Amino acid sequence: MHKMLWALFSRDMTLFMHRKQDVVTVLGFFLIAVALFPLGISSDPELLRTIAPGAIWIAALFSTVLALDRLFSEDLDDGTLEQQMLMPVPISLMLLVRLIAHWVITSLPIVLLAPIMGLQFGLAFNEIVILTLSLLVGTPILVLLGAIGAALTVGLKSSGGLVTLLLLPLYVPVLILGSSAVSSVMNGADVTAHFSLMGAALIISLVLSPFAVATALKITLD
Amino acid sequence: MSMTRRIPWMKYASASNFYPLADRLVPIFMGLALVLAVIGLYLGFVVAPIDYQQGNSYRIMFIHVPAAWMSMFIYLLLAMYAIISLVWRVKMADIMAYSLAPTGAMFTFIALLTGALWGRPTWGTYWIWDARLTSELLLLFLYLGYMGLYSAIPDRQRASRAAAFLAIVGAVNVPIIYFSVIWWNTLHQGSSFSFSEGASMTDAMLYALLLMALACWAYTIAVVLRRAQALILERKKVALWASQISKK
Repeated sequence: MHKMLWALFSRDMTLFMHRKQDVVTVLGFFLIAVALFPLGISSDPELLRTIAPGAIWIAALFSTVLALDRLFSEDLDDGTLEQQMLMPVPISLMLLVRLIAHWVITSLPIVLLAPIMGLQFGLAFNEIVILTLSLLVGTPILVLLGAIGAALTVGLKSSGGLVTLLLLPLYVPVLILGSSAVSSVMNGADVTAHFSLMGAALIISLVLSPFAVATALKITLD
Repeated sequence: MSMTRRIPWMKYASASNFYPLADRLVPIFMGLALVLAVIGLYLGFVVAPIDYQQGNSYRIMFIHVPAAWMSMFIYLLLAMYAIISLVWRVKMADIMAYSLAPTGAMFTFIALLTGALWGRPTWGTYWIWDARLTSELLLLFLYLGYMGLYSAIPDRQRASRAAAFLAIVGAVNVPIIYFSVIWWNTLHQGSSFSFSEGASMTDAMLYALLLMALACWAYTIAVVLRRAQALILERKKVALWASQISKK
């Protein structure tokens, strides 16, 4: 079975190698969104430091939503998705592998770019470490939750705006935990609680979300 | 499942039995809502004494508090009907869930609006990012998302099941959102305002509040049943009994 799942994973990777522009678009969006905050607010270094956690987290959040568009839509159009659901492995496991691949392709680059963004906003070294770690734990939750919304809206004409509306209320807790972890370390406070809660959320969504996405996809393809 | 074991209340899960029942209930509850609201508003706006701190502006509470209660109760009710429609495939449950959503969204909006209008003279600002206000705003987005998803999907079967699933996911998230917002609030700003629950509420205030809450319930029941009737007629166009009612 793991051979089949590995094939699924490498398929998504190969597709990514052939169509890099999708990911480049998401990354470009992330960079520009972050860069717009200083332009729109102020270049005052002290103020920028204050808004940095929120600005970078919000940009990462919207980049995740943007990237979700490519998760199922093309595979639904050419029938691949239906074939994948007929594979002799549990649908939730198949989806978990695909979601991990999606995270590696679209979110990991954002996590890796985050330190540079932190430097641009004048964050100190330990603050950048916490920022990167919070994104490392937080973005998988965003992808896992977001896949539910993507599965419910795949194939609809104007799904982009709708997905945003559906997902943003669900993303609020992750955003709060992630960005306040960075703010706390700036104020010299302890961040164990933030990471414990985010870790718990990650584990719960890793276990439950594939089943929820599978249910949503079954409704969609019914 | 054996078809012989009939539960009496399942009778009204059938549209043809539900429709005449709703026809009888709607006027009763509408009348009840009207009477209760008139008495409640009279008590609240005329009989209840002026608050020594807030003056007359506190009287908006008689609309604000019931609306806020309704906004949350209706979402829970909606999620319950969503579970029934998703698990047991009861079509009436889906119709009820969809009928509840606009009324719930309306009460959420009223709660936000009256809260803002009350906040201006009392707190000196229309809006603060307080935990309750923020989670009420997110509740409005949950309602809008439910209705948006329902109307965006052309196939009705898929629309009802997808929206029901979303409502359940949202209901699981409501407490998480609420607690995370409280947590965020205590982190970012000291709790600047305390909602004094009116420790010494006079009898007139209390009765006015209860009557208004009951009036909102009666109104919700009447409006939701009427909306459900309209949806039934729209969906059962081909059924003989429905087409006969539509012609009248």
